[in-house]
Amino acid sequence: MTDTARKLMTAEEVAERFASKFGDRIISSETKHWCEGVKKTPVNSVWLRIDTGILHDAIAELISIDYPHLGVISAVDMEEKIDVLYHLTVFFGSKGSEITVNFMVSVPKENPVVPTISDLIPGAVYSEREKQEMIGVKVEGIPDERGLFLPEDFPEGVYPWRKDEAGIPEGMIKDLWAVGRPEDRPNPPVKPKPEKKKSVDKPEKKAEKETPVEKGESKSPEEEKVKEPETHAGDARAEEVKGDE
Amino acid sequence: MNENKSKKAPYTIPIGPTHPALKEPILFTFKINGEVVEEVDFAPGKAHRGIEWMGMRRNPVQIVHLTDRICGICGVSHTFAFARAVEQIADIEVPDRAHYIRTILAEFERIQSHLLWAGVAAHELGFDTLFNLAWRVREESMDLIELLTGNRVNYAIVQVGGVRRDIEEEKFARIEEGLQYYENVAGKLLKLFLHDKTINMRCRDCGLLTKEAALGLCTVGPTARASGVRMDVRLDSPYGAYGELDFDYAMPDLYCGETRGDVYDRIVVRLLEVVQSVDLIRQCIKQMPEGETLWETKMPKLLAACKKAEGEAVGRVEAPRGECLHYVRMNKSDSPYMWKVKASTYSNQLSWLEMLKGEQIADIPIIVASIDPCMSCTDRVAVVRDGKPDIYSKEYLHRMSVEKTRRLMND
Repeated sequence: MTDTARKLMTAEEVAERFASKFGDRIISSETKHWCEGVKKTPVNSVWLRIDTGILHDAIAELISIDYPHLGVISAVDMEEKIDVLYHLTVFFGSKGSEITVNFMVSVPKENPVVPTISDLIPGAVYSEREKQEMIGVKVEGIPDERGLFLPEDFPEGVYPWRKDEAGIPEGMIKDLWAVGRPEDRPNPPVKPKPEKKKSVDKPEKKAEKETPVEKGESKSPEEEKVKEPETHAGDARAEEVKGDE
Repeated sequence: MNENKSKKAPYTIPIGPTHPALKEPILFTFKINGEVVEEVDFAPGKAHRGIEWMGMRRNPVQIVHLTDRICGICGVSHTFAFARAVEQIADIEVPDRAHYIRTILAEFERIQSHLLWAGVAAHELGFDTLFNLAWRVREESMDLIELLTGNRVNYAIVQVGGVRRDIEEEKFARIEEGLQYYENVAGKLLKLFLHDKTINMRCRDCGLLTKEAALGLCTVGPTARASGVRMDVRLDSPYGAYGELDFDYAMPDLYCGETRGDVYDRIVVRLLEVVQSVDLIRQCIKQMPEGETLWETKMPKLLAACKKAEGEAVGRVEAPRGECLHYVRMNKSDSPYMWKVKASTYSNQLSWLEMLKGEQIADIPIIVASIDPCMSCTDRVAVVRDGKPDIYSKEYLHRMSVEKTRRLMND
């Protein structure tokens, strides 16, 4: 874990070390280099598709190289199988020598089970809980079984990231445009925006159309038109909200 | 415990899930013995909007605008990370000038986010003069962001393949004015935040997170750096123009000579980063090359390029709160096959469990705020005693925190 103990390696060396240690249980191995900026500084990554059985050992092997930072675990529904990806980085803190190591395991949909890695990296439990909840991958040996993001009354057996019948059913989708305004609230303080004029000749007809929300006072369309820009300015000054990720 | 109807400690206290100041609502459950927190648990997800699900039904250009809305503060970071992932898959080369504009905006975002946080931290301690000052100072960066992007939030500036607006020549004078403003005010801010007796008393050795715990719990950004973990995506895996800029990890020992991993160190790191960001923007402006700002200006061409793309990539950037990671997999269709967003708070939240253990109730607001989970404060606390709920209001908790400051000052 200390900065002094570690020996920097290149992405190829990392891939080679895994290949020699695990042999043919590494299904495929690829190193990528992406360069950005004027100087084209390379950023290196290793993508290893591995057998599910060696996942735990592979993480342990990576820890023996350098204690990694687990970015996140992501998962992809690939129809027959589910791909589970572990995005880790090693050699951070050494200015430009960092390597992203991505382990990928495929689990069959009938029995999607991966071993927990939270005994090696305690922080992984957070991401593992999310995978159990979002795509229905069972994490064996997870110390905390609970869900993470979905509400308590979320139906069982529905997994938002699934692309099959276990995914979000049509009936659960709420289209924002179809929701409309709640009926138990007072009308907004401003008149709704008049419909766009298609022809200049018939202002009377437009006036009828443009009052879907009833208001006590009535105004001629001309008056409303004058008011319109003000309303827009008010909307545009949207309140700043520090919403989080 | 409920069965015993015991009046004895520990008590279980839920806080949340609605906090007016915590913009993402979150439910905390504390086990309290007297004034001391024995155990902590939390349940996030009270504001889960299913953005990833929505994204997998939209094309990359639409998603760019969706990512703007993941977070009101990290608007540039999320779009930047997503755009980088798509660019890697579709092999899109971003023009050099666009790299610099992205970097400048990301740094302005860092300044405003850190100052906003500093203000909140001061408020949590009952130091409202400093809170007002910090937010007053923050306005300058908001004005500059508005000048450069047209918006205070939801900037809509980063596009797949570059940026949507150039920085015109006449704007540089105004940017320079802003940078000078921050250089002048930086000393004052450092003095007020770091040499104040009250802040020292409340934040030193409070909410400790050791380096080992920080690594094990996968923390990122200023929270990790304050615990002594040298980690910064800008330096580790340079993106944008960061590869050409001269800077170093902002570590607390640069200022204090030691790293303790407490709330105070987290203030140090963020303030040092504000100073650093000013320097980075200045370097960017000096080195900025001329040229195009978009790889492809015609939207159908850009979308066609994305539609041809196949593969997977990880886009990482250093958001103000730490690593922001987007994983994208594309398979030659309109929308990405898979899109996973990992925001920085996602990685930092587990560290609360470590930090809050053994601390006092009055320290909860500042410790919860110290990882910058957006903002913090506590809405209402329901204390269950003998099955009868008793409500602690947000004001009550805040008052407790202020009273602790007063008590310490009188000692």
